[in-house]
Amino acid sequence: MNIANLAKDGKFVITAEVGPPKGVDIKEMLDDAELMRGRVDAINVTDQQSSVMRLGSLAVCRLLKEKGLEPVFQMTCRDRNRIALQSDLLSAYVLGIENVLSLTGDFVALGDHPKAKGVFDLDSVSLLLAAKELEQGRDLSGNELKGSPSFCLGAVVTPGAEPLEPQLIKMEKKVKAGAQFFQTQAVYEPEKFEMFMKAVQHLNVPVLVGIVMLRSAAMARFMNRNVAGVHVPDSLIEEMDQAKNRTQKSIEIAARLINEMKPLCQGAHIMAIGWEKRVPEVLDAAGL
Amino acid sequence: MIISEQKPLPEIVKSLEGEQNIFIVGCKGCAEACHTGGETEVQEMKAKLEEEGKKIVGCTVADFLCDKALVKFSLKAHEKEINDADSILVMTCGIGVQATAKVVDKIVHPACNTINTGGARGEWRGEERCFECGECLLDYTGGICPLTACTKSLINGPCGGAKNGMCEFEPETRDCGWHLIYEKLKKLGQLDKMSIIISPKDHSKMRPPADMRKTILWALEREEEEVATK
Repeated sequence: MNIANLAKDGKFVITAEVGPPKGVDIKEMLDDAELMRGRVDAINVTDQQSSVMRLGSLAVCRLLKEKGLEPVFQMTCRDRNRIALQSDLLSAYVLGIENVLSLTGDFVALGDHPKAKGVFDLDSVSLLLAAKELEQGRDLSGNELKGSPSFCLGAVVTPGAEPLEPQLIKMEKKVKAGAQFFQTQAVYEPEKFEMFMKAVQHLNVPVLVGIVMLRSAAMARFMNRNVAGVHVPDSLIEEMDQAKNRTQKSIEIAARLINEMKPLCQGAHIMAIGWEKRVPEVLDAAGL
Repeated sequence: MIISEQKPLPEIVKSLEGEQNIFIVGCKGCAEACHTGGETEVQEMKAKLEEEGKKIVGCTVADFLCDKALVKFSLKAHEKEINDADSILVMTCGIGVQATAKVVDKIVHPACNTINTGGARGEWRGEERCFECGECLLDYTGGICPLTACTKSLINGPCGGAKNGMCEFEPETRDCGWHLIYEKLKKLGQLDKMSIIISPKDHSKMRPPADMRKTILWALEREEEEVATK
């Protein structure tokens, strides 16, 4: 199921994500994915999220595919050079994986193997170019392929970045390089998001707004201090602070944000980060 | 000693597109020794560019572009010509180009590629570094090297990790290289350069060439190093 086509057909596309475990016990992750069956259009599988070594995205994408769930294969440029990245794209295709999300990847020093060598041989733009080349039956060196793959290529953008202009310039480059859909960094300010969507209207590419569930006021404050391009307004922090039932409040806020931004964009990407089990409740609350 | 080679003339001419008045900077240090940016080469370049229809508003060959004080002195003497110039062509290693970009608010173009000698850095006392990548990108980035200024060496724009212009890796002390590049290009009216998609680097150019290891200079430097460690 091709995310870009779904959006083109006018469907409000819903995606969520699962994070492969650190180890080989995959039961909980698969249970989480199972809860999303029929509720989301596709499930992103993160790639060594936060530079922490885990089970691989490609293997988990295939497991989801076997269960009849639609995966989005997240690929970062941090851990593989152009040979491995291109090879994994070919592997993804033969394993039946269509949706691929191109990311730069966090810096190695922020993860659990800070002594590792960061690769970044390609970047989030040139990885898209590489995938397009493969689709044309060639690799990045111009060598001919025996059979060519095809993908639905996605990329990411941070609508709350300050200044925004460098992000917009890079987003345009990603579209030029072949991005067919975008999933965004977490957004908590619909007014700012509206301005962002106006600024990228001319690109004519589906945008799935990023929703990260707030678990507490402390988490919101932490993100405001530490996460680039994410700003939780005081009003939401206060709401979380005063909530009697924080879980309920978190679900309510996520659903409200989705509904406020639904008229502005083509879908929503829900990043539950540990609260995957709550995703169906968010969708219930949002009436989706 | 930093080894450089001149970029092909068509590449240099293309980088000067739309600019008429050019100021040329050379260096009496490594660039002169490499025959890429000494007095002779600067004069040759002047003639070639004039043939291409450019007006060379002035040139200078600095003693050592990697010495901050000397850069300022040698450029100060040509303040007027530099002000009249649309851009500056710097015929040196990547440090010389970045040093010039650091001290003058003008568009700066590299005329050379810096060849890897395994980590030589010149005498530059500043935070600018040259990666010796063999295919200089400073023309696209306002004279700030994305390979050394960006923690991830990204060449196509910033990642999502910059906050208040600082890199998420060391937010207290490290600027986001792409934020610096963005601000500089904006100041120079060259933001369109950020929209150009840069092809993946040719990493084979980042290795010291085999024939370089056979030169007298290489042997001399090895010897100097050995003496120094004793």
